[in-house]
Amino acid sequence: MGAQLRVYRRRMRSVKATKKITKAMELISASRIVKAQQRVAASSPYANELTRAVTAVASFSSTNHPLTTPHESPRRAAVLIITADRGMAGAYSNAAIKEGDQLITTLRERGLATEAYLVGRKAVNYYRFRNRAIAGSWTGFSDNPTYAHAKEVSDLLIQAFVADSSAVANGVDELHIVYTQFKSMITQTPEARRMLPLEVVESTAPAGLLPMYEFEPNAGEVLNSLLPRYVEARVFNAMLQSAASEHAARRRAMKSATDNADELIKSLTRLANAARQAEITQEISEIVGGADALASASAGSE
Amino acid sequence: MAENLTVEVVSPEKRVWSGEAKMVSARTLEGDIGVLPNHAPLLGVLVDGVVTVKGADGSSHDFNIHGGFISVSNNRVSVLGESTD
Repeated sequence: MGAQLRVYRRRMRSVKATKKITKAMELISASRIVKAQQRVAASSPYANELTRAVTAVASFSSTNHPLTTPHESPRRAAVLIITADRGMAGAYSNAAIKEGDQLITTLRERGLATEAYLVGRKAVNYYRFRNRAIAGSWTGFSDNPTYAHAKEVSDLLIQAFVADSSAVANGVDELHIVYTQFKSMITQTPEARRMLPLEVVESTAPAGLLPMYEFEPNAGEVLNSLLPRYVEARVFNAMLQSAASEHAARRRAMKSATDNADELIKSLTRLANAARQAEITQEISEIVGGADALASASAGSE
Repeated sequence: MAENLTVEVVSPEKRVWSGEAKMVSARTLEGDIGVLPNHAPLLGVLVDGVVTVKGADGSSHDFNIHGGFISVSNNRVSVLGESTD
């Protein structure tokens, strides 16, 4: 076998092996999207009820709760960015990081200092590499977050929010979250939202007048215990949506990798065939040439 | 009272129980409350403990609610718990 042909065959083998891996990853991600979507759906009754309740308290009581009233002169804002732990998901993590960068720029223009809270190894690596300060980071659960994880993250955020920004070094006046919204199997968009002070905008609860609630023990107390839950639920929902988006992005990236491998194998096969054909042609012409030379040599000696 | 309560017990990760009930009893920060049909709209913070739902079919369900609250309006009762078991 000629050298050229051997090189082509070797490359084909390696591309085929890669294709098997990307195909497997595509199938795994495809099955995980479904599971992740189901988890988003399963968490929505809780989130809807919470949103409804928080809206009710916030709109019916005149309580000036620190979690609902915007700070007069905000100094610092926390930005929570949710990304993936692993790569191989196309631009998924980068898109979220870029959205976060944009948000940080806008916040800086408003004169706020920013604190970065990061979820996912990709964001942590990005910040470490650029020597940026990280206020808090969590890794290891981006593709399968549980409520306990969301609670862990929210606890630190609420703690920073409740602390007085002028007195405590890491206290913040605003809380923003950047995650990837799962719109459909094909569309996932990075979103930046302000979580605190509260802006109850996306009330998925049915429209109509909310009943006049009685609060037990009183509106302030109810809000006190509701709002941390609300932040946790928001963070949890963002994490679940991001996880679903991550799987969808990975599936798409792996699908195009598999398609590319197919394409590559096809063109390599063509090249290998041509090389084999050229080799045969050369061999034949060598044999014919040799036989000719022998014939003419023996003809001359007679 | 022919009417029943529509009760949902939900945790962040899933809907734990839902169905028709005659009565829901729980303990808020102010004390024990029992919710019957046509109760006034209410939002209450629950202390950790057991919430009992008396089903319309006579069955009784106990839920261990941790870090939760109860909301009642228009004969809909939602019990939300951070962890329920």
